[in-house]
Amino acid sequence: MIFKINIGDTTYRMKVERAGPEWRCELDGQFIQVQAHLVRRDVMTLITNGKTYEIKRDQLGNQVRIWIENVPYAVELSDPRSLASRSRNRGTSGTSKLLASMPGKILRVLATEMEQVEAGQALVVVEAMKMQNEIKSPSKGVVRQLVPEGTYVNAGDVLAIVE
Amino acid sequence: MFKKILIANRGEIAVRVIRACREMGIIPVAVYSDADCAALHVRHASEAYSIGASSALESYLNIEKIIAVARLSGADALHPGYGFLSENADFAEACANAGIKFIGPSPESIRIMGSKTGARQEMEKNGVPCVPGTSQALPSFEEATRIAEDVGYPVMLKAAAGGGGKGMRLVREPRELRMALEAAQSESQRAFNDGSVYIEKAIVNPRHIEIQVLADEHGNTIHLGERECSIQRRHQKVLEESPSPFVDTSLRKQMGEVAVQAASAVGYTNAGTVEFLVNQDKNFYFLEMNTRLQVEHPVTELVTGFDLVQMQIRIAAGERLPIRQEDVHFRGHAMECRIYAEDPDNHYFPSPGKITLLQEPAGPGVRLDTGVYEGWTVPSDYDPLLAKLTAYGESREQVVTRLLRALDETFVGGIQTNIELFRRILNDASFRDGQIDTGFLDRVMASGPVGTNHEHSDIAALAAGLFTALNGTSMRDSITRNPVDATGSESRWKQAARIESLQCHTSNDLQN
Repeated sequence: MIFKINIGDTTYRMKVERAGPEWRCELDGQFIQVQAHLVRRDVMTLITNGKTYEIKRDQLGNQVRIWIENVPYAVELSDPRSLASRSRNRGTSGTSKLLASMPGKILRVLATEMEQVEAGQALVVVEAMKMQNEIKSPSKGVVRQLVPEGTYVNAGDVLAIVE
Repeated sequence: MFKKILIANRGEIAVRVIRACREMGIIPVAVYSDADCAALHVRHASEAYSIGASSALESYLNIEKIIAVARLSGADALHPGYGFLSENADFAEACANAGIKFIGPSPESIRIMGSKTGARQEMEKNGVPCVPGTSQALPSFEEATRIAEDVGYPVMLKAAAGGGGKGMRLVREPRELRMALEAAQSESQRAFNDGSVYIEKAIVNPRHIEIQVLADEHGNTIHLGERECSIQRRHQKVLEESPSPFVDTSLRKQMGEVAVQAASAVGYTNAGTVEFLVNQDKNFYFLEMNTRLQVEHPVTELVTGFDLVQMQIRIAAGERLPIRQEDVHFRGHAMECRIYAEDPDNHYFPSPGKITLLQEPAGPGVRLDTGVYEGWTVPSDYDPLLAKLTAYGESREQVVTRLLRALDETFVGGIQTNIELFRRILNDASFRDGQIDTGFLDRVMASGPVGTNHEHSDIAALAAGLFTALNGTSMRDSITRNPVDATGSESRWKQAARIESLQCHTSNDLQN
């Protein structure tokens, strides 16, 4: 399996395949052998190089978080070969509303009103739970109704509209 | 002894009372709103009755319905818990009229202590030290100006019928008074349907220390020492401990005696708490009396060894206190964290929702009073307290490290909680030093969130991929076994696309 994984500003490319009882992983070209077991749903024990981690996973709004030693990492994972991610990247037409998935603060606004944006272009940075998340345009279009910087938003609030 | 007790509450406190009932061979009866029909307290009880819609006003605050259900169930006593109707004198009276014993003080005691100005008057009459100020509602702005000058700025405006920090305003200088008075009056009018406001001298950076009292119905009143409750946000407690690092044996004795005096003055019975503000010079002033069991009662239970809820029930059943003041001994140290579904870095915004993953702490010296379970959806209709994590140990130092360890074992997934906030508090140098006052938490929060160390980003990336890889196989199996697919109504193409999308969106695995 091949994945593209975004954590914050970093994009990882990962290849993973089973190797007997272990998993052979290739992370950005580096080979790592790990023992990984699902203890129960959303709880994994991972051992690599003699170091052991209990890793949890949860989701807040549409943000998937991986927890390691009580620190949450907001992850975005896609399979670059998959149909879904290809169509997502190509962009769709029509109007799309960007909604806040959880309460947070608008840290930065990266686009301007009526600006022509590309699919995947970052529009605003929302800070919630000490994590900064870039909210990207789902499609190519013109930005309207951008939320101002510094606003506290609740889950479901409109952050921007792309037409 | 009672045969059946109805618990007019929900959440962790309802579970706590049910546990006491079980240990005493009493049948526990739960009540529940629509949002709570599968709540933990309902699961623990022997009997459960619906009391209406999710809104607290239509259910847990509905005196008529609760009394009707208590009658229907044949309960001979009722425990009100804390919050909701626990300090409502009319409710206590309605119980008495229905022939159901209210596990708490008399309606008269509740009434006197429920009015902050009334309580002040009663305390002043009985020589209990109060914060300098008025014990009358302010009739006019002019009068307010005169009294404020008299006691000296800064002053605190408080709602006579108040509680929970509503209708309270700090006034630093004369020119702020008029606006603050209007704001406090309108706020308390809205919150309590009573706009009366009075003035107290503001004690700068006080400690909030309270004394637990117990009184039987035969005239015996004792105290069980203090609880330090200075770690607060917006006048709401977040973390409590006993003993207070500030209170020595002589201050404890002094405050304890005054608390007993305060309770006796109003003919108080059952468990109650006398709250004091304590200044840097160890002068203490009566703040208010809570005529019910407190949220933070576990810390007192741990350092005294007494089960407060069982004692409440025994007192209500007419038993005498089994101990005298000299039989109360304090041992070790206890500290409680109130775990809320809220975001401390986002104005403590509540975060209700489904708990998708729950891991609870255990091990030496750890007590968990919880009202939730994995798979439970925390309703948005009530206070977002999920659980109380209390640690006990031989010293304050040991308790702090024990709590940190227990917090590390705790995981609540799917909603936001304030667990991280406790790490910040417990690791703070001033806190470890015992240098705390009611301004502590605001100062900690003002220093901003601690920079999170994302040193394990690469492991997180590995894990994200591996979660999907490990789930992928089982996910594929579950889909091929899906009866919808077996009918052949879906094409192979659609099926493949679904499997693919399940594999590539971690989020989909989590929907459930």
